[in-house]
Amino acid sequence: MKTIITSTGNQLNSVFDLRFGRASWFCLYDDQSGEISFIENENINAQSGAGTKTVEKVVELGVKKVISGDFGPKAKELLEKFNIQMVLLQDDKNTMQRIIDQLKS
Amino acid sequence: MPRRIRLRKVVEPPRFKGYRPFGVSSKSRKSVDLLYEEYEALKLADYDFLKHDEAAGLMGVSRPTFARIYESARRKIAMALVEAKEIKTVFGNAIMDKDWYLCSKCNARFNIPDTMDKGTCPACNSKQIELLNK
Repeated sequence: MKTIITSTGNQLNSVFDLRFGRASWFCLYDDQSGEISFIENENINAQSGAGTKTVEKVVELGVKKVISGDFGPKAKELLEKFNIQMVLLQDDKNTMQRIIDQLKS
Repeated sequence: MPRRIRLRKVVEPPRFKGYRPFGVSSKSRKSVDLLYEEYEALKLADYDFLKHDEAAGLMGVSRPTFARIYESARRKIAMALVEAKEIKTVFGNAIMDKDWYLCSKCNARFNIPDTMDKGTCPACNSKQIELLNK
Protein backbone atom coordinates (compact mmCIF):
# COMPACT_ATOMS: atom_id res chain seq x y z
CA MET A 1 0.00 0.00 0.00
CA LYS A 2 1.30 3.39 -0.92
CA THR A 3 1.43 6.26 1.52
CA ILE A 4 2.12 9.92 0.93
CA ILE A 5 3.63 12.10 3.62
CA THR A 6 3.87 15.86 3.14
CA SER A 7 7.40 17.10 3.56
CA THR A 8 9.33 20.36 3.51
CA GLY A 9 12.28 18.87 1.68
CA ASN A 10 13.41 15.92 -0.37
CA GLN A 11 15.61 14.24 2.22
CA LEU A 12 14.79 11.59 4.76
CA ASN A 13 15.72 14.02 7.51
CA SER A 14 13.42 16.71 6.14
CA VAL A 15 10.79 18.01 8.47
CA PHE A 16 7.12 17.14 8.14
CA ASP A 17 4.94 19.77 6.41
CA LEU A 18 1.65 20.57 8.11
CA ARG A 19 0.02 21.76 4.90
CA PHE A 20 -1.36 19.42 2.32
CA GLY A 21 -2.01 21.21 -0.97
CA ARG A 22 0.87 23.60 -0.49
CA ALA A 23 3.46 21.28 0.92
CA SER A 24 6.84 21.60 -0.79
CA TRP A 25 7.45 17.91 -1.38
CA PHE A 26 5.60 14.66 -1.09
CA CYS A 27 7.30 11.61 0.28
CA LEU A 28 5.94 8.50 -1.40
CA TYR A 29 6.41 5.34 0.62
CA ASP A 30 5.45 1.87 -0.52
CA ASP A 31 5.24 -0.53 2.38
CA GLN A 32 5.33 -3.61 0.19
CA SER A 33 8.57 -2.89 -1.59
CA GLY A 34 9.91 -0.51 1.05
CA GLU A 35 10.65 2.03 -1.66
CA ILE A 36 10.81 5.69 -0.72
CA SER A 37 10.75 8.44 -3.30
CA PHE A 38 10.17 12.17 -3.28
CA ILE A 39 7.91 14.11 -5.59
CA GLU A 40 8.01 17.85 -5.94
CA ASN A 41 4.72 19.68 -5.56
CA GLU A 42 3.93 21.68 -8.71
CA ASN A 43 0.89 23.35 -7.19
CA ILE A 44 2.70 25.03 -4.35
CA ASN A 45 2.13 28.50 -5.77
CA ALA A 46 -1.19 27.84 -7.47
CA GLN A 47 -3.68 30.66 -7.10
CA SER A 48 -6.42 28.29 -6.11
CA GLY A 49 -7.27 24.63 -6.11
CA ALA A 50 -3.92 23.43 -4.82
CA GLY A 51 -5.70 20.92 -2.64
CA THR A 52 -7.89 19.46 -5.35
CA LYS A 53 -5.02 19.26 -7.83
CA THR A 54 -2.93 17.47 -5.27
CA VAL A 55 -5.73 15.00 -4.64
CA GLU A 56 -5.89 14.30 -8.37
CA LYS A 57 -2.21 13.47 -8.30
CA VAL A 58 -2.62 11.30 -5.26
CA VAL A 59 -5.35 9.33 -7.01
CA GLU A 60 -3.19 9.02 -10.12
CA LEU A 61 -0.36 7.53 -8.10
CA GLY A 62 -2.69 4.98 -6.53
CA VAL A 63 -2.01 6.14 -3.00
CA LYS A 64 -4.28 4.81 -0.25
CA LYS A 65 -3.10 6.83 2.72
CA VAL A 66 -2.12 10.48 3.11
CA ILE A 67 -0.36 11.87 6.15
CA SER A 68 -0.45 15.63 6.61
CA GLY A 69 -1.20 18.33 9.15
CA ASP A 70 -4.60 19.34 7.88
CA PHE A 71 -6.75 19.12 4.79
CA GLY A 72 -8.94 21.79 3.29
CA PRO A 73 -12.64 21.11 2.98
CA LYS A 74 -12.47 20.40 -0.74
CA ALA A 75 -9.51 18.09 -0.48
CA LYS A 76 -11.14 16.29 2.41
CA GLU A 77 -14.30 15.72 0.48
CA LEU A 78 -12.46 14.39 -2.54
CA LEU A 79 -10.21 12.11 -0.55
CA GLU A 80 -13.23 10.71 1.20
CA LYS A 81 -14.88 10.05 -2.13
CA PHE A 82 -11.89 8.10 -3.38
CA ASN A 83 -11.66 6.09 -0.14
CA ILE A 84 -8.25 7.44 0.68
CA GLN A 85 -7.34 7.46 4.32
CA MET A 86 -6.41 10.79 5.86
CA VAL A 87 -4.10 10.93 8.83
CA LEU A 88 -3.54 14.19 10.64
CA LEU A 89 -0.43 14.69 12.72
CA GLN A 90 0.06 17.78 14.82
CA ASP A 91 3.76 17.56 15.61
CA ASP A 92 5.68 19.70 13.12
CA LYS A 93 9.10 18.55 14.29
CA ASN A 94 8.74 15.03 12.98
CA THR A 95 11.13 13.99 10.25
CA MET A 96 10.27 11.73 7.34
CA GLN A 97 12.49 9.02 8.78
CA ARG A 98 10.65 9.04 12.10
CA ILE A 99 7.23 8.90 10.52
CA ILE A 100 8.22 6.05 8.24
CA ASP A 101 9.78 4.16 11.14
CA GLN A 102 6.53 4.59 13.01
CA LEU A 103 4.60 3.29 10.03
CA LYS A 104 6.78 0.20 9.94
CA SER A 105 6.47 -0.55 13.64
CA MET B 1 -13.82 36.30 25.89
CA PRO B 2 -16.70 34.53 24.19
CA ARG B 3 -16.94 30.80 24.21
CA ARG B 4 -15.50 29.07 21.22
CA ILE B 5 -18.00 27.96 18.63
CA ARG B 6 -18.52 24.22 18.73
CA LEU B 7 -18.45 22.43 15.44
CA ARG B 8 -21.78 21.62 13.88
CA LYS B 9 -22.32 18.34 12.16
CA VAL B 10 -23.16 18.52 8.48
CA VAL B 11 -24.25 15.40 6.64
CA GLU B 12 -23.48 16.61 3.14
CA PRO B 13 -22.05 19.88 1.90
CA PRO B 14 -24.31 21.91 -0.41
CA ARG B 15 -24.12 20.84 -4.03
CA PHE B 16 -23.62 24.40 -5.25
CA LYS B 17 -20.97 27.01 -4.66
CA GLY B 18 -23.46 29.84 -4.63
CA TYR B 19 -26.26 31.63 -6.36
CA ARG B 20 -26.11 34.79 -8.45
CA PRO B 21 -28.97 37.20 -9.06
CA PHE B 22 -30.29 37.29 -12.59
CA GLY B 23 -30.62 40.52 -14.56
CA VAL B 24 -28.46 42.62 -12.30
CA SER B 25 -25.33 44.27 -13.60
CA SER B 26 -22.45 42.11 -12.55
CA LYS B 27 -20.35 45.09 -11.53
CA SER B 28 -21.87 45.21 -8.11
CA ARG B 29 -20.43 41.94 -6.95
CA LYS B 30 -21.53 42.09 -3.38
CA SER B 31 -22.06 38.77 -1.78
CA VAL B 32 -23.37 37.06 1.30
CA ASP B 33 -21.49 34.17 2.83
CA LEU B 34 -23.78 31.30 3.65
CA LEU B 35 -22.08 28.86 6.00
CA TYR B 36 -22.39 25.13 5.54
CA GLU B 37 -24.14 24.71 8.87
CA GLU B 38 -26.65 27.38 7.93
CA TYR B 39 -27.40 25.63 4.70
CA GLU B 40 -27.76 22.39 6.60
CA ALA B 41 -30.13 23.97 9.13
CA LEU B 42 -32.29 25.39 6.37
CA LYS B 43 -32.36 22.06 4.61
CA LEU B 44 -33.28 20.08 7.71
CA ALA B 45 -36.00 22.48 8.80
CA ASP B 46 -37.56 23.56 5.52
CA TYR B 47 -36.78 20.75 3.11
CA ASP B 48 -36.81 17.66 5.30
CA PHE B 49 -39.52 19.17 7.54
CA LEU B 50 -37.82 18.13 10.72
CA LYS B 51 -38.78 19.60 14.05
CA HIS B 52 -36.19 21.96 15.41
CA ASP B 53 -35.14 19.70 18.24
CA GLU B 54 -34.76 16.70 15.93
CA ALA B 55 -32.69 18.75 13.55
CA ALA B 56 -30.63 20.09 16.45
CA GLY B 57 -29.90 16.53 17.53
CA LEU B 58 -28.73 15.63 14.04
CA MET B 59 -26.38 18.58 13.93
CA GLY B 60 -25.07 18.00 17.41
CA VAL B 61 -26.14 21.34 18.88
CA SER B 62 -28.85 22.39 21.31
CA ARG B 63 -32.27 23.42 20.09
CA PRO B 64 -31.79 27.15 20.82
CA THR B 65 -28.48 27.09 18.98
CA PHE B 66 -30.11 25.38 16.06
CA ALA B 67 -32.79 28.06 16.03
CA ARG B 68 -30.12 30.74 15.93
CA ILE B 69 -28.29 29.09 13.04
CA TYR B 70 -31.56 28.68 11.18
CA GLU B 71 -32.52 32.28 11.83
CA SER B 72 -29.23 33.60 10.53
CA ALA B 73 -29.54 31.40 7.44
CA ARG B 74 -32.99 32.83 6.68
CA ARG B 75 -31.83 36.38 7.25
CA LYS B 76 -28.87 35.96 4.97
CA ILE B 77 -30.98 34.54 2.17
CA ALA B 78 -33.62 37.24 2.59
CA MET B 79 -30.92 39.88 2.51
CA ALA B 80 -29.41 38.38 -0.62
CA LEU B 81 -32.80 38.34 -2.34
CA VAL B 82 -33.77 41.88 -1.39
CA GLU B 83 -30.42 43.52 -1.98
CA ALA B 84 -29.73 41.40 -5.09
CA LYS B 85 -26.53 40.02 -3.67
CA GLU B 86 -24.78 36.84 -4.58
CA ILE B 87 -24.93 33.95 -2.17
CA LYS B 88 -21.70 32.10 -1.63
CA THR B 89 -21.32 29.00 0.43
CA VAL B 90 -18.33 28.88 2.74
CA PHE B 91 -17.23 26.18 5.08
CA GLY B 92 -17.99 27.83 8.43
CA ASN B 93 -17.85 25.94 11.69
CA ALA B 94 -18.87 22.59 10.37
CA ILE B 95 -17.54 19.09 10.44
CA MET B 96 -18.67 16.42 8.07
CA ASP B 97 -20.71 13.67 9.56
CA LYS B 98 -18.09 11.03 8.99
CA ASP B 99 -16.22 9.14 11.62
CA TRP B 100 -12.90 10.50 12.80
CA TYR B 101 -10.65 8.61 15.15
CA LEU B 102 -7.88 9.57 17.52
CA CYS B 103 -4.88 7.46 18.41
CA SER B 104 -4.04 7.91 22.06
CA LYS B 105 -0.45 6.80 21.53
CA CYS B 106 0.74 9.15 18.80
CA ASN B 107 -2.13 11.68 18.81
CA ALA B 108 -2.83 11.20 15.13
CA ARG B 109 -6.34 11.93 13.94
CA PHE B 110 -7.58 9.90 11.02
CA ASN B 111 -10.61 8.50 9.25
CA ILE B 112 -11.12 4.91 8.21
CA PRO B 113 -12.59 4.45 4.73
CA ASP B 114 -14.71 1.35 4.12
CA THR B 115 -11.91 -0.36 2.23
CA MET B 116 -9.40 -0.16 5.08
CA ASP B 117 -9.01 -2.54 7.98
CA LYS B 118 -10.35 -1.16 11.20
CA GLY B 119 -8.88 -1.22 14.64
CA THR B 120 -5.31 -0.03 14.27
CA CYS B 121 -3.77 3.41 14.04
CA PRO B 122 -2.50 4.05 10.49
CA ALA B 123 0.48 6.05 11.73
CA CYS B 124 1.89 3.83 14.48
CA ASN B 125 -0.17 0.60 14.30
CA SER B 126 -1.23 0.89 17.92
CA LYS B 127 -4.61 -0.47 18.89
CA GLN B 128 -5.47 2.35 21.28
CA ILE B 129 -7.82 4.34 19.12
CA GLU B 130 -11.06 6.04 19.98
CA LEU B 131 -13.90 7.58 18.06
CA LEU B 132 -13.83 11.37 18.08
CA ASN B 133 -17.35 12.24 17.07
CA LYS B 134 -19.46 12.75 20.11
